[in-house]
Amino acid sequence: MSSQRLFGLLLVTPALALVTALFLVPLGYSVLSAFTHADGSIGLANFAKAFELYSGDIAYTIFIVVTSTALTGLVAIAIAGYLTMGETSWLVTGLAWLYRWPLFIPFIVAAQCMRTFLAKNGLANNTLVASGLIDAADTVSLLDWRGVIITFVWKQAPFVALLLAGAMASIDRATIEAARNLGARRLRCLIEIVLPQVAPTLMVALILSFVTTLSVLSVPLMVAGSQPTMLTVDMAFRINAYGDYPVANALGVVSYLMTAVVAWFYLRTALRERET
Amino acid sequence: MTRVLPGTVLRALLLAALAFAIVGPLANLVLWSFAERWYFPFKLPVTWGLRYWEVVFRPTGVAMASLATSISIALLTVAVALAVSVPAGYALARLRLPFRAVIMIVFLLPQAFPGVAIYINVARIFYGLGLAGTIAGVVIVHAAHALVYSVWITSAAFAAVDRDLELAARNIGASPARTFFTVTLPLAAPGIIASAIFVFLESLDEFTGTFFVGVPNVSTLPLLLYSASMGGNYQIASITALILLLPSILFMLFVERFLKADVLSKIGR
Repeated sequence: MSSQRLFGLLLVTPALALVTALFLVPLGYSVLSAFTHADGSIGLANFAKAFELYSGDIAYTIFIVVTSTALTGLVAIAIAGYLTMGETSWLVTGLAWLYRWPLFIPFIVAAQCMRTFLAKNGLANNTLVASGLIDAADTVSLLDWRGVIITFVWKQAPFVALLLAGAMASIDRATIEAARNLGARRLRCLIEIVLPQVAPTLMVALILSFVTTLSVLSVPLMVAGSQPTMLTVDMAFRINAYGDYPVANALGVVSYLMTAVVAWFYLRTALRERET
Repeated sequence: MTRVLPGTVLRALLLAALAFAIVGPLANLVLWSFAERWYFPFKLPVTWGLRYWEVVFRPTGVAMASLATSISIALLTVAVALAVSVPAGYALARLRLPFRAVIMIVFLLPQAFPGVAIYINVARIFYGLGLAGTIAGVVIVHAAHALVYSVWITSAAFAAVDRDLELAARNIGASPARTFFTVTLPLAAPGIIASAIFVFLESLDEFTGTFFVGVPNVSTLPLLLYSASMGGNYQIASITALILLLPSILFMLFVERFLKADVLSKIGR
């Protein structure tokens, strides 16, 4: 090995050591603990117990994360699409200025916002009542699965829209103009011409968003009640109430598997892109 | 005119609805922070006032202690992250490294895995080492999580420095170390500052890691927000949230000043 390579590795070592000690080692530890029984033997009993207690929450977590990601994608496409193809300049300017606000807001702050905003007596219901859209007697608290999904979409759609608008801005305008000249409506143009060209960016942005929402603890804790709840809350409960590491880690491995499924999609897209 | 007008009204209504969806939750936060008393069925606070702001900003109060803890942790996290990332970023940008792509991905992994499952085990390991519930423990947890920003952005910043300037310094007799400290490092400084800001905010806003590793001794602003909110004290929770919000929004407005396009285009490469 050349001295330059050795020097390079030396410079990278402290950073790698930090990630190894605080991520790779605990990761290995969690997988090991998930498969180890109380008597030291190896097997799937912890998973059996985890499924017995939390299969409902596993399904709920998948439902929340998949629905949030799908809605995030739709909202982001609408925003980015209008930013790229909108013809009313004041609306484009207004939208461009507005949509980014939630981008850097921490999840815990977003959770506190929604905890008050979506409550029965929150600003959302009160404004709808004041504007005559719903009757005061019909207001309901949205602080359940709906609130969690709304919070995730509110927080993640700007992020996906930002990446998507960037990708849309860099595609060849001539194809859009040609389709428009042939009489295609803007929506059709967006779906058939623009979206296929930015599909890889959309895919990556949605995968990042999927993994992020799967990892957040504060939003399901603060926005919704305790039953049913997301796996992050179950893991925290298992540890804080029972000190039950094996079952908590089994749930952790289940969440890794969910990440692995989307990572597989990502790798497939990345490989296909490399081939073309 | 009769055809244009409804369209314009519809567009304006649409923009207003979107503005309400985005700003509404934040407005509710501001309302709560000035509400001394607010209960059902009143649509707006019953008594307005600055009482809770005074409680939060009282120098001896819990909130100011949490703010001081949060800022100390964030500054230490920046120091730790930069100390390991500047050498790593330079090596990744300038030197021929074996397994370079793999090394880059390793720094991304802590962000790509569900954090709770990792943190519960970090906390368990820390109990054995006496790091649980200490500032030092929280700092290294935050630093490891934020490394992807500091390593990737510093690496991009070094990659964006013009090699000819370094070669010119070497030609007129400067040593490699002197070239690094007088040419490369100053030119990469804006990008490194940007990465430091990312790390600072990441640490300031971090909740999950601190929740597991910091208990019971370390209380940061996000933990105070959480306990105030769960305890029903929405005023304290809202004011804490607003304090956390301020740096994030300032950063959003000024990020482009530090992160120029030449650096941005090299991130993650």
